[in-house]
Amino acid sequence: MKGTNLGEFEELVLLTIASLAAEAYSVAICDELERYTGRSVKLGVVHAVLNRLEEKGLAKSHLGDASATRGGKRKRFYEVTHAGKVALMRAKELREAIWRNIPGFNLEGSI
Amino acid sequence: MKKDPQPPQWATAFLKWYCRPRLLEDLEGDLYEYFIRNLRDKSLRHAQLIYLIDVIKFLRPYTIRKIEPLTFLTHFMMIGSYFKTSRRNLVRNKLFSFINIIGLAVSMSVGLLVIAIVNDLRSYDDFHEKKDRIYRVVTRHQDDGKPPMDLASTSVRTAQRLAGDVPGIENFTIMRNGFSGDAKVGQNTFPFEATWADQSFFKVFTFPLIAGDAATALKEPYSLVLTEKTALKLFGNTHVVGHTVRFDTLDYQVTGVARDVPHLSHIRFDALVSFATADATMGKKQDGFYNWDNVWSNYIYMTIPKKGGTAGIQRALDQIGTEENKVLVHKKVTLSLQPIKDIALGRKLSNNMGPRIEPVTVWILAGLAFVIILSACFNYTNLSVARSLRRSREVGVRKIIGAHRSHVLGQFIAESVMIAFLALLFSFGLYLFLRREFLSLDPHVSEIFTLGLSWRSILWFIALAAFTGLAAGFLPAVFFSKINALSVMKDASGLKIFRHLGLRRVLIVTQYVLSLIFIATTLVGYSQYKGFLNFDLGFNTENILNIKLRGAEAAALKKELAEIPEVKQVSQSSMITSVGSIYGFDVKYYPSGKATQPADSALVWVNTVDENYLPIHKHKLLAGNNFKLRPEKGNESELIVNQQVLKRFNIGDRDPHKALEHIIEVEGRKLTIVGVLKDFHYGTMENKIEPVMFRYSKSEPWGYLNLEIASTDLESTMAKVESAWKQFDKVHPLKANFYDQEIENAYSELSMMVKAIGFLAFLAICIASLGLFGMVVFTTETKLKEISIRKVLGASEPGLIYLLCRGFITLLGIAALIALPVTYLLFDKVLLTRFAYHQPIGLAELLGGALVVMLLALVMIGSQTARAARSNPAKVLKSE
Repeated sequence: MKGTNLGEFEELVLLTIASLAAEAYSVAICDELERYTGRSVKLGVVHAVLNRLEEKGLAKSHLGDASATRGGKRKRFYEVTHAGKVALMRAKELREAIWRNIPGFNLEGSI
Repeated sequence: MKKDPQPPQWATAFLKWYCRPRLLEDLEGDLYEYFIRNLRDKSLRHAQLIYLIDVIKFLRPYTIRKIEPLTFLTHFMMIGSYFKTSRRNLVRNKLFSFINIIGLAVSMSVGLLVIAIVNDLRSYDDFHEKKDRIYRVVTRHQDDGKPPMDLASTSVRTAQRLAGDVPGIENFTIMRNGFSGDAKVGQNTFPFEATWADQSFFKVFTFPLIAGDAATALKEPYSLVLTEKTALKLFGNTHVVGHTVRFDTLDYQVTGVARDVPHLSHIRFDALVSFATADATMGKKQDGFYNWDNVWSNYIYMTIPKKGGTAGIQRALDQIGTEENKVLVHKKVTLSLQPIKDIALGRKLSNNMGPRIEPVTVWILAGLAFVIILSACFNYTNLSVARSLRRSREVGVRKIIGAHRSHVLGQFIAESVMIAFLALLFSFGLYLFLRREFLSLDPHVSEIFTLGLSWRSILWFIALAAFTGLAAGFLPAVFFSKINALSVMKDASGLKIFRHLGLRRVLIVTQYVLSLIFIATTLVGYSQYKGFLNFDLGFNTENILNIKLRGAEAAALKKELAEIPEVKQVSQSSMITSVGSIYGFDVKYYPSGKATQPADSALVWVNTVDENYLPIHKHKLLAGNNFKLRPEKGNESELIVNQQVLKRFNIGDRDPHKALEHIIEVEGRKLTIVGVLKDFHYGTMENKIEPVMFRYSKSEPWGYLNLEIASTDLESTMAKVESAWKQFDKVHPLKANFYDQEIENAYSELSMMVKAIGFLAFLAICIASLGLFGMVVFTTETKLKEISIRKVLGASEPGLIYLLCRGFITLLGIAALIALPVTYLLFDKVLLTRFAYHQPIGLAELLGGALVVMLLALVMIGSQTARAARSNPAKVLKSE
């Protein structure tokens, strides 16, 4: 079961990969996440998650071309696999199903 | 590009080392990107620090490289191949293999010797079952205003206090050296020496008894425990428990027989006498036997319980010290503990028992061995890199077939280790020879060391070989592993083998500097040693035979000896001067004879002699005459002094003639100066000439007889002396030495050092010569074509030889310029400062050794270069 479960941060990373499309590599993902969430995201954490996603088969990667900004090192670009898309959809549906069951939800009540 | 700020290289190297190859490139790129980003708003330092921290942070399970079993497997499978190529290489280059193996073997044999020595020292007292829990009580004795004296011995009082009120001690035992006397067993008498020890002795130490009860053997007074050897000597068998041995008027009962003391024990005894005996005999008679500050002859050892500590005991000892010191005036005695394993290889303590070697000495020895081994490793490195041209193709092929850098590295390290092990076989043979020589160097040496083989030492031998192999092979292996396969296969001459020429020159110079220092030290040391032996001491030492007396009145012997025709004269003295023994009194000087108050007092060395002593030794009297009166003991009135005494007290304005008839008080007796001697050497060359006096005594039962011998047949004379002695003393063997021999013995330490350094010099020169020879052969070989072309163009043979030699001769010159001044300074500023008198450092000795070494090197260089210069250019150039 481990292979299909999606943690919250994993979901975020996977979504970012999808949103970045062809430009999804580690540093860009990091920046994008920071922009969305507004908190600092550690490269090490993102790296570990990317590695894990790849292991689970939710993302796949290939090496791009070398560029001078990275000291001649190639980037590793990620894209979401079919299984990844399925997992994302399922997570989204799960949430929406729950949302739908909440009657008359508004923020004002909780203040 | 280079000006761009870069992340710390070693951090990247670390990343490369640990990171999985698949993740590496991406990670490195990411970190670099961040680094550049950080540079925008942070300092370079800060950015580098963040980079480093990130590198460390990335050290996670998923990034760490998996161990590749395949690499190991490949190494394993290739070992056969490595072995084969190594062997073929050894056989192909016989000369270089010979130089390498012999050089390593010779140097390693010294290493083996040092290992054996250290191993012996560390094995001391290992046979005690409680060796980790045995401690010795050591004493610090300090007179107010004087430097403290650290002693291995302590007082009987300490034992009394320990018995009372110290917790944390399992057992303790007290022992005392110096029981000696003539043992009478039936009709026979034997000289006998023993150690006093109390009943806990066998609880603390492991000296097994083969007969008798260990718990009670040393309990009662007048009990005796013999070792097997002593029992055999006294009784002829070891079933002697219950027998008695008589000393003077007292009967001692044998209560036990112990196994002989192992060689590697710092406590050595032939027999033990119960400490209760000492209490009964000396304790009653001697004042101060139980005094707190009588710390000179007793030794206390204790065991602590398993898991026990010494902190509590030390506190108790401090407490005891504070209490007991209240009684003392102007001095202080404090106690501390020393583990038994720190005794043989430990700090200097006065009154130490058994052999002891300063750790520094061991370090120096190890350092010298290390230098020699390193020198041989230099040779290996030097020759391997120099000859890399011939093996670079092999490496190229290996790499093309698929060898990694690590494989090539492994191959060459394996090869050098193999060669080192081959050398170990030879060096072990050499070591066996060396060991025999070392043990026979001096009787003391074989007393301290056995140098036996043990598993521990053999393991260390193997470790040494492995280390030597690694050290020798490391640089060549790195060099080979860096070779670029493609370029080597295309054109091997492109290899930059001469790039490290500077380094190689430095190595050769270093080797020769060491060799020259060693040889010059040996020669200068030897000439100094000879100088000490032949030094004009101010009196005659030739043809004088000194016989040690053993406490018996020697008048009869004197008469007997005087009848031997070859014995010209016989005198008596309490000691032999100039060989290191000293004895002195504080004396008082009374000016001009009539004064009642002493003017001054000082320490004056003394020798007590009879009337024949001065003439036999040809001491020169400047004024006055020899002893005239022949008083019995206690009635002496005459004194003969040397010039230094006059100088010290300013007697008679230092005029020998005016000094006569002045009075000096010695031991409460007023003695008149009847003669003044010219200054002579009373101490060794280490001591300045100081005030010395001669007192008169008709008989010195514990002193020496001095025989002036005039003989052409020493052997028969000695036989006559020996037979005269046998009639006189049936118990003790004759102990007689010629004066010159005694002086030689006094400087035996020096001669031993000269021998040892001489041996090292020999090794260093051998190794340096081998290395130089190898380099010369190699250089001339590679330059053969150049020489041929030069020759064809008309160069002369001497010109060519000069061309080839020039470089090496410059190196030798530099080595000599460094080594000789260093040696001179070493002697002038360090070694000879110990001696108050010594010969000037001879230029001949200093240069002589250097010349011989240079000559040897020149012959080697010359022969090789001459051969190359004489070669037929047609033959050399044809074979292209």
